[in-house]
Amino acid sequence: MYSAIVFLPLLGAAIAGLFGRLIGDRASQWVTTGLLLISAVLACVGFARVVLGGAPFDVEVMRWIVSGTFEVSWALRFDALSAVMCVVVTVVSGMVHAYSWGYMSHDKSIARFFSYLSLFTFFMLMLVTSNNFVQMFFGWEGVGLASYLLIGFWYDRPSANAAAIKAFLVNRVGDFGFALGILGTFMVFNAVAFDTVFAGVPGVAGKTVHFLGLSVEVMTLLCLLLFVGAMGKSAQLGLHTWLPDAMEGPTPVSALIHAATMVTAGVFMVCRLSPMFEYSQTALTVVTVVGALTAFFAATVGLVQNDIKRVIAYSTCSQLGYMFFAAGVSAYSAAMFHLTTHAFFKALLFLGAGSVIHAMSGEQDMRKMGGIWRKIPVTYTFMWIGSLALAGVPFFAGYFSKDLIIEAAFASKTGVGQFAFWMGTIAAALTAFYSWRLLFMTFHGESRADHDVLHHVHESPVSMTAPMALLAVGAVFSGVALAGLFTGEASSAFWGKAIYVAANHTALKDAHHVALWLKVLPIAVAFAGILAAWYMYIRKPNLPAAMAAEFSDVHSFLYNKWYFDELYDVLFVRPAKWLGRVLWQGGDGRIIDGFGPNGLAALTLDVARRAARLQSGYLYHYAFAMLIGVALFVSYYLFVR
Amino acid sequence: MTSWVPAEFTAALPEIFVALAAMALLLIGAFRGDSQTRTSGWFAVAVLIVAGGLVAGTAASPGSAFGGMFVADAFARFTKILVLTGTALAVILSISYIEREDMARFEYPVLFLFATVGMMMMISANDLIALYVGLELQSLALYVAAAFRRDSLRSSEAGLKYFVLGALASGMLLYGASLVYGFAGTTSFAGIAKSLGANPGNIGALVGLVFIMAGLAFKISAVPFHMWTPDVYEGAPTSVTAFFAVAPKVAALSLFVRVLVGPFGSIVAQWQQIIVAIAILSMVLGAFAAIKQTNIKRLMAYSSIGNVGYMLVGLAAGTEAGVRGMLIYLAIYLAMTVGTFACILAMRVHGRAVEGLDDLKGLGRNRPALALVLAVFMFSMAGIPPLAGFFGKYFVFLAAVQAGMFALAVIGVLASVVAAFYYLRIVKIMYFDEPADAFDRLPGREVGVVMTVTGLFIALFLIIPGPMLHAAAVAAKSLFPG
Repeated sequence: MYSAIVFLPLLGAAIAGLFGRLIGDRASQWVTTGLLLISAVLACVGFARVVLGGAPFDVEVMRWIVSGTFEVSWALRFDALSAVMCVVVTVVSGMVHAYSWGYMSHDKSIARFFSYLSLFTFFMLMLVTSNNFVQMFFGWEGVGLASYLLIGFWYDRPSANAAAIKAFLVNRVGDFGFALGILGTFMVFNAVAFDTVFAGVPGVAGKTVHFLGLSVEVMTLLCLLLFVGAMGKSAQLGLHTWLPDAMEGPTPVSALIHAATMVTAGVFMVCRLSPMFEYSQTALTVVTVVGALTAFFAATVGLVQNDIKRVIAYSTCSQLGYMFFAAGVSAYSAAMFHLTTHAFFKALLFLGAGSVIHAMSGEQDMRKMGGIWRKIPVTYTFMWIGSLALAGVPFFAGYFSKDLIIEAAFASKTGVGQFAFWMGTIAAALTAFYSWRLLFMTFHGESRADHDVLHHVHESPVSMTAPMALLAVGAVFSGVALAGLFTGEASSAFWGKAIYVAANHTALKDAHHVALWLKVLPIAVAFAGILAAWYMYIRKPNLPAAMAAEFSDVHSFLYNKWYFDELYDVLFVRPAKWLGRVLWQGGDGRIIDGFGPNGLAALTLDVARRAARLQSGYLYHYAFAMLIGVALFVSYYLFVR
Repeated sequence: MTSWVPAEFTAALPEIFVALAAMALLLIGAFRGDSQTRTSGWFAVAVLIVAGGLVAGTAASPGSAFGGMFVADAFARFTKILVLTGTALAVILSISYIEREDMARFEYPVLFLFATVGMMMMISANDLIALYVGLELQSLALYVAAAFRRDSLRSSEAGLKYFVLGALASGMLLYGASLVYGFAGTTSFAGIAKSLGANPGNIGALVGLVFIMAGLAFKISAVPFHMWTPDVYEGAPTSVTAFFAVAPKVAALSLFVRVLVGPFGSIVAQWQQIIVAIAILSMVLGAFAAIKQTNIKRLMAYSSIGNVGYMLVGLAAGTEAGVRGMLIYLAIYLAMTVGTFACILAMRVHGRAVEGLDDLKGLGRNRPALALVLAVFMFSMAGIPPLAGFFGKYFVFLAAVQAGMFALAVIGVLASVVAAFYYLRIVKIMYFDEPADAFDRLPGREVGVVMTVTGLFIALFLIIPGPMLHAAAVAAKSLFPG
């Protein structure tokens, strides 16, 4: 059964991918979606088993690599962490598969799309169920591949190709760190299986290594390297630039990969490796700071974006920041909790946005929307639910998870904890603001769309609204339903050994007992954000433009995403291109080609011309050549030897 | 088996048969005139086939005739069958061609038969005198054949050049033979071997050998004795060129091997250096000079120079494996060359023969079958697996490497890379250039048959290489007793 959860999506991907043309689009949809839903049901059963107290266990599929002391198995681990992830991945993926029936109905290569989706799901499950570093890396790279394929799904659009390449390259930076981390782990522990490594961690804690004259703590070094990988995959500040561009992919892809599952792989990794991170205070500090900064940074950028999907993308980036600083203050279970609730409401928001785009004939710019809430009431309702959950309005899912994170940051009583607390609180206000800005700009006010477009606005088919309804249920109830299990009294029994928290890291426990004003603060700022959005976009619709003009520096700084892309262009892209051009034109063109193929070819032709000229046609030249030949050979024997 | 022949002549029976048949044909021609040329052509083919049967029927154990001046061993059997095959194919290709080109005279097949007798004598020569007699019999017939189109200036020029330079080469060969005789005191190969074995540092015999080698190198057109080749190949009638390119090469190279490995076998280290030198020169010149050629017959001349270079690599190794590789190469070269010339004979536009590379343009679209066959030969010449040409090169280079001559093998491989350029250029011209005028129909059904058979041999050699490799091994072994 447990193998089936992981391998059914692969089967679906193979059938749709290899035989898609043969069996047709409809059959491909049935096969992939059907297998995935089966897998989702099985994952829920597996989750129930863990909730009921089943002990974690490994399923060994086969031996993979055996080389000296280096042993890697294909093994699937099922404990609380992977059970949660399996449910999140398969349920969201199942919903996205179903949603895509309607969303992609006009596309030319439906079978390919479903094959990629299922393939992605397989790799993601491989990642979350691995019991060793190498298999995790396999899944890690696999989701990167699937992400690349899906971002560039519409390969006839140059922007989609560029975005796909950018995502791949930026992820490469992170993966390089991850790979170094894995290699370092093997060097230190001589093993790549999680159990063996985790068992060895206390023994090396506090030891240092010398590298380039620096003395570094082993665990800090390893954790930071691994964290670089997590930063790349989860689009944390510095390596976040690919995520907004990745919105070039079809919207269901954004919902599945770039909101609910793949981008959370970094968070999952840090939680999975909690037995390592707990032994390096420095690493935890870095994780906290990066997470807090990302939460704040992405929220500010989200304030001024006009593309509906980009707003949600920056929102995702920001929420991932929350999860990281939760992990940074050792509130891993809170991070996992937020990961789960976020998967539901963010997927819902993306699918809702997709529904809006579908209704607006492909328009993504919010400046060309407005006033359509009466025409698509179902989508409108779901977007409200998603936004309420995102903003953390009480008793929606986000309220339980996000508030807990903010409280845990405060309760950690460390300097960076306080920093994260304030960043998180400000970001919460900004989150509420941009969410309602999105709602108001999209659905309310005067319509700014073309007459033609407006005329065609229609509610999406049931195949699209039904999955959204299911996710909406999750967005409303997953918080209240899972709060006790994930972070309440029963949580330590639930997570078992999957998450390790050092005894002196009590942030999460203390978070339940903070002062009342702390519990109220996040709610208050959320409502303040909503009010501000209402005031600026409904009450005084001219105000935003006036403010943008008044504070044009700030506005363009935010609008241009803090100039990260421009900075990277100057720092990395242009020097790399320059180096490439030098090596290409100078190194390859002039030196290698010049002396190599082209030079040799020219030389050959030259020699050929001379050789042909020897053939004069005169008999005495020929006879002379023969005699010279004989004379040379004879003199060779007479004089040289 | 042939009790009516004096035992002394049994070993030379095939040669005697061909010589008698040639004289009979000559008499028939003299009485009946030129009208029967087609018939006598086919008669000549039949003679060659019967002679082939006689050669194949001779005992594998060495036999000798004419007081030891003539030897018939496995080596001779292998190469004689190659010579007879090559000649027969050349005659078959000629039959329609000479009629169309208005040069169908009865002497044509007769000359080929006499040349064949000479070549068979060369192969079996076991004495310097026998060597010279065979060589001259072959050469004189070939001089005439080259100039067979008396009314064509180019053909006459070719014959004359060949004759004058051939006479010079013969002179050198005779001079060398007399030196060797002077120092060894005998003309018999066995005697020379004995004398040199007793006195290996004999510089006089060595100088004699250099002259003999010069004369023989002329016949196989090895550099620097190759200069006649392009002019004669281009000037001679195409059917004669086809003959020149195969049978005499086989015979002269066999003789070369027999002389060096037999009487001079004890001074391998001395002659090896010269063979290495002319092998390298031939490979390199054959590769480079062909690049600028625009006439396909001239191109084939340089190609044959290069191919001789590769075969000499096998000889340069001086080992049994080397000779075996060379014999395999010879057989494959024969098939490739005859096939290519069959294609060249098919190059006719509006009833006129053409020879330019440009005339091949777009052949892939006009005449796909012909283009395919020619492409097979070109790929094979370039040495591209799995075609036969690859194996020819493989075995000679393998022998060189086994003999420790790495530099020679490397140079050979590099030269074959350069040579691949002009072979593949022909393929490119045929398939990728804008079509020129379409060729006429094939000049005769037999040309198509020859093309097909040789093409299949080249393409399918890989499937059953066994018998040929075995026969070559047996032939090579007979030269290296013990």
